[in-house]
Amino acid sequence: MLQRCEACGAFAYPAREACPSCLSPDLAFADAPRGGVLLAETTARVPSDVYFRERVPWRIGLVKMDCGPTIVAHLHTDCVEGAPVRMSLQLDKSGQAVTFARPEGETPNMADDRQWREMTADPKFRRVLVTNGRSVIGQEAVVALKAAGAKTVFVGVAEPWRPFAGEDLLRRQEGVEVVTLDAADEKSAADLAADIGGKVEILVNTTEYVRAGGLLDRKGTSIARDEIDQAYLGFINLAQAFGPAMRMRGADGINNSVAWVNILSVYALANWPAFGAYSASQAACLSLSHCLRAELRPGGIKVMNLFTGPVDTEWFQTVPPPKVAPRAVAQAIVSGLKNGLEEMYVGDVAEEIRQRLAANPKALERELDR
Amino acid sequence: MQSKNLLELAGAISSGAVRVVDLTFTLSPDFPVIVLPPEFGQAAPVRIQEISRYDGRGPAWYWNNVTFGEHTGTHFDAPIHWFTGKDLPNNAVDTMPAKDMIAPACVIDCSAEAAQDPDFVLTVPIVEAWEGKHGRIPARHWVLLRTDWSKKGWRDYSNLRDDGAHTPGPNPAVMKWLVEERGIIGFGTETIGTDAGQAGHFEPPYPAHHFLHGAGRYGLQCLCNLDQLPATGAVIVASPLKIQNGSGSPLRVIALVGSN
Repeated sequence: MLQRCEACGAFAYPAREACPSCLSPDLAFADAPRGGVLLAETTARVPSDVYFRERVPWRIGLVKMDCGPTIVAHLHTDCVEGAPVRMSLQLDKSGQAVTFARPEGETPNMADDRQWREMTADPKFRRVLVTNGRSVIGQEAVVALKAAGAKTVFVGVAEPWRPFAGEDLLRRQEGVEVVTLDAADEKSAADLAADIGGKVEILVNTTEYVRAGGLLDRKGTSIARDEIDQAYLGFINLAQAFGPAMRMRGADGINNSVAWVNILSVYALANWPAFGAYSASQAACLSLSHCLRAELRPGGIKVMNLFTGPVDTEWFQTVPPPKVAPRAVAQAIVSGLKNGLEEMYVGDVAEEIRQRLAANPKALERELDR
Repeated sequence: MQSKNLLELAGAISSGAVRVVDLTFTLSPDFPVIVLPPEFGQAAPVRIQEISRYDGRGPAWYWNNVTFGEHTGTHFDAPIHWFTGKDLPNNAVDTMPAKDMIAPACVIDCSAEAAQDPDFVLTVPIVEAWEGKHGRIPARHWVLLRTDWSKKGWRDYSNLRDDGAHTPGPNPAVMKWLVEERGIIGFGTETIGTDAGQAGHFEPPYPAHHFLHGAGRYGLQCLCNLDQLPATGAVIVASPLKIQNGSGSPLRVIALVGSN
């Protein structure tokens, strides 16, 4: 993403009011070609910035973009002067977008680079807590995170006296530790945090409580209360139990605490009356996630929200396709963490809602009402 | 009875001459609750949330907010709980006669049978055999089914399988007979529910609920320490919370046991 002149097509950097080549004021942000060449590099050894002082030596360089501008970028170890690089915008620990240069092709263990890992939340080598292992999404997340090289995956199971589908497989996996966790229960979350709170580097909140219905076709508030208990209060319990220790460990070496992942319904953004009360509980969680993001920021912990449309699980049985496969959600979790993202839309429905909401929120409200 | 006899009883309790046995599980979020098919409404689990604990929220005091369903932990079933008892007078925990909260108990030990078969059912011949040894079950007595189920770990305790729970309980004939022929005041179990885990398949379904509550009688479940009670002679104190129009409630159940 760089500014591009609508008049002459030239890319500009840093951001400015008028095009440096034709002076047109019509500069919109657009996807820029990612290629460039590393012109020069240097290693900062005594930076004045307190963040980088803790992390010296730190390599930065000047990259001449194929599309024109020359940009200062953080460098992957394998970048060498004169060689082509691939540029990307990454969110740094403070949540700012920064440019990062990686070698053009793949190099061995490329993702393990120290500076790259500072920009991302790669599960490789890290210890992860998946909060709900009873759900298919939770179980798929465990598999995907293990495959991505997570050192240990703790997986929470509420009411351990209650058997569930997939339990044997979950308990059999190497490097997977089944722990008792009922996120909706304050004490359960606190007890688990007392045990493993100092080890959790990535928390994946796979709380799932989906029930159909809006307001008038439901009787009473029991289901709504369960929705709020599970999704919203569960979120608060997890945040209060695990958040403080994660924030303290944001700079704890190379396998530091890095990320918190929420899986939210895209109907958090716009109410879907067929699942109206559920949509509202998800909207509450979305709002809470922004609060959590701000509160975890001082520790450099990222909060990633993953938005999905209806998932191909039991409680969306009556919803016609397209639906998101639980495995796709799990894979998106891993890819989002590897790229250090804050927001992801998984599947066509989620992406469509995002676009329609941006284009015309009132029209979207009417469309969802069918 | 004269007051002096009552004072004698109080003295005997105080001295230990009358043993007080606690038949209650601790009310905690960990304790299994009944699991219905997920499309039905579910009992809210026990939740305990701190209001303050000698801290900024209340410097000198500790207290909690507690929420739970009426049928969680060791709990009492009132007649209004079941459709068969819905039209009876004084059928809820707040309107039932207070005198029904204290009554003697007959304890039928089926722990050996239940250890052999989780789907063990209590039948009329088994109770008749018990009566052969201990005498006829008097009217307005509790019948408590001892299975030692309360001694199991939570997973074996709830014993859920793909087709539901497998836990012991009474068959329809014995429930009808206990209520109509013996006039019992209620029926108590160690398991989750007065009925067997598979009682949904009985005719009528859930016979303990069906016959007890239809006749204005009561249920007690998730009891423990039944092994510390004599076959006859113990007196049960079971006073549920006075919840307005409540169908049941968690409660403290104690038994008074004499020395002979």
